[in-house]
Amino acid sequence: MSEALFNHQTVDLRKSTIRDLNTVLQSEDVTGSWEVRHPDGRHSIAVGLTAPIDVTIEGQVGYYACGMNQRANLTIKGNAGPGVAENMMSGSVHVEGNASMAAGATGHGGLLVIDGDAGARCGISMKGIDIVVRGSVGHMSGFMAQSGALVVCGDAGEALGDSLYEAKIFVRGEVKSLGADCEEKTMTEEDLDILRNILEKSGITEYDATTFRRYGSGRRLYNFHVDNASAY
Amino acid sequence: MCGIVGLFLKNPELQNKLGILTAQMLKTMTERGPDSAGFAVYGGKLHGRTKITVRGVTDALRADVEAKILSLADGATFSHRCDHLVIVCLTDVAPAIREMVQSYGQGLAIASSGDSIELYKGVGLPEEVASRFGLADMSGTHAIGHTRMATESAVTTAGAHPFSTGPDQCLVHNGSLSNHNTLRRQLVREGLKFETENDSEVAAGYLSWRLSQGEKLDGALTASLSDLDGFYTFVVGTRDGFAVLRDPVACKPAVMVETDDYVAFASEYRAFADLPGIENATVFEPEPQRVYHWEHAA
Repeated sequence: MSEALFNHQTVDLRKSTIRDLNTVLQSEDVTGSWEVRHPDGRHSIAVGLTAPIDVTIEGQVGYYACGMNQRANLTIKGNAGPGVAENMMSGSVHVEGNASMAAGATGHGGLLVIDGDAGARCGISMKGIDIVVRGSVGHMSGFMAQSGALVVCGDAGEALGDSLYEAKIFVRGEVKSLGADCEEKTMTEEDLDILRNILEKSGITEYDATTFRRYGSGRRLYNFHVDNASAY
Repeated sequence: MCGIVGLFLKNPELQNKLGILTAQMLKTMTERGPDSAGFAVYGGKLHGRTKITVRGVTDALRADVEAKILSLADGATFSHRCDHLVIVCLTDVAPAIREMVQSYGQGLAIASSGDSIELYKGVGLPEEVASRFGLADMSGTHAIGHTRMATESAVTTAGAHPFSTGPDQCLVHNGSLSNHNTLRRQLVREGLKFETENDSEVAAGYLSWRLSQGEKLDGALTASLSDLDGFYTFVVGTRDGFAVLRDPVACKPAVMVETDDYVAFASEYRAFADLPGIENATVFEPEPQRVYHWEHAA
């Protein structure tokens, strides 16, 4: 990697390759704040970061942007393609536009905030990440979600929380339909505390936690039922 | 995986740039489909005349093919791009020309026919295919293109997209259909003829069959939601416009953009990167099971 890139902290993707960008952002001694210009919808921008740096991407990103993030705080000033912030461990990703399908998929930790809408399968198989969508989410969101919280300020599409494990889903608007074994739960004080905390750290002040409804697992599906033993 | 692009111009001043913009979009989608590519370009409308695109017309065959056509259609005009020959003839002699081409053998095939459509496709990298046919120089009102990564049938020119199975109609497909053999047999009983074993050709034939029964394009597409089983993002071209449909699961990507000057479709946003004014355009993802349809006033 050139000296110039280290010093300037700005990378123009019309002049550098994705590999160059990711190499510098993934390096052990990287510090400070970074700006990525002209992303033009390219894939795998700013993935696999491990240092607590700030990265701003000035435009639209393609597949798997900001994936596998640890500790970095990333902002996308545009729309994101499929799999944004997939498999995040910690840190945060903020999408100022809309996100395509499978946003925040399989994330273990950290915070993903989407200012617009998210497409299908938002938070699929999430394992501890918190995902906040100011708009609506598409069908099969929270599919097989294991842990963490999915907060939707708008509406949810068909089959929300299908085959859900122990992730908590909060929706403020309409839910088109619930997936298998997903059911509405009573909002407890503990749930409200969790939701208030997530809204606060996402900078959302316009919605009160009490205006959301909470969905969770009916726990009828994810353990083997002994009555089915004769099938084998 | 395959790549799809579509560009529908609202601003007539962009019509002479239709080819170059489509060529750029097609090239960007190479990683999604490097084995073959094709495109349909719509421009102008003929009155009382029909435009037929015939492919497989090699240099060695061209003089003979043109002579045979002239013997059937006095005054027919020709233009050729690589091995694709575009014939403009009086509409009433078009069936005779079709019949002649279909019985000619030696690899000749009808690529498309209609008032406005020209259709080119071939094996090779999208950039090579586009330059082989001089796409960058073409103008028109709307265009649809496809880059193919074959899954269901062979890598041949006939298996490349778009598929045209009706007048001024064409279809490009990203995905795979699972009930295409059953549906093909049903459509054959209805009198349709298929050129390949390709699943996407069945989808095109299905829509043409619906349209031939007097159904409108959006109705035909809505019906396909219950009759076609599998994964698909379709873009369908007609003389006056184009339509988009995604299956209920919607795992095949799609992104659209609309400005005052154009509507564009692509499998991925990066295909839009060179479109004029894209920085400030409204980009959105078409919803599953919803028909999106744009048309020029007839």
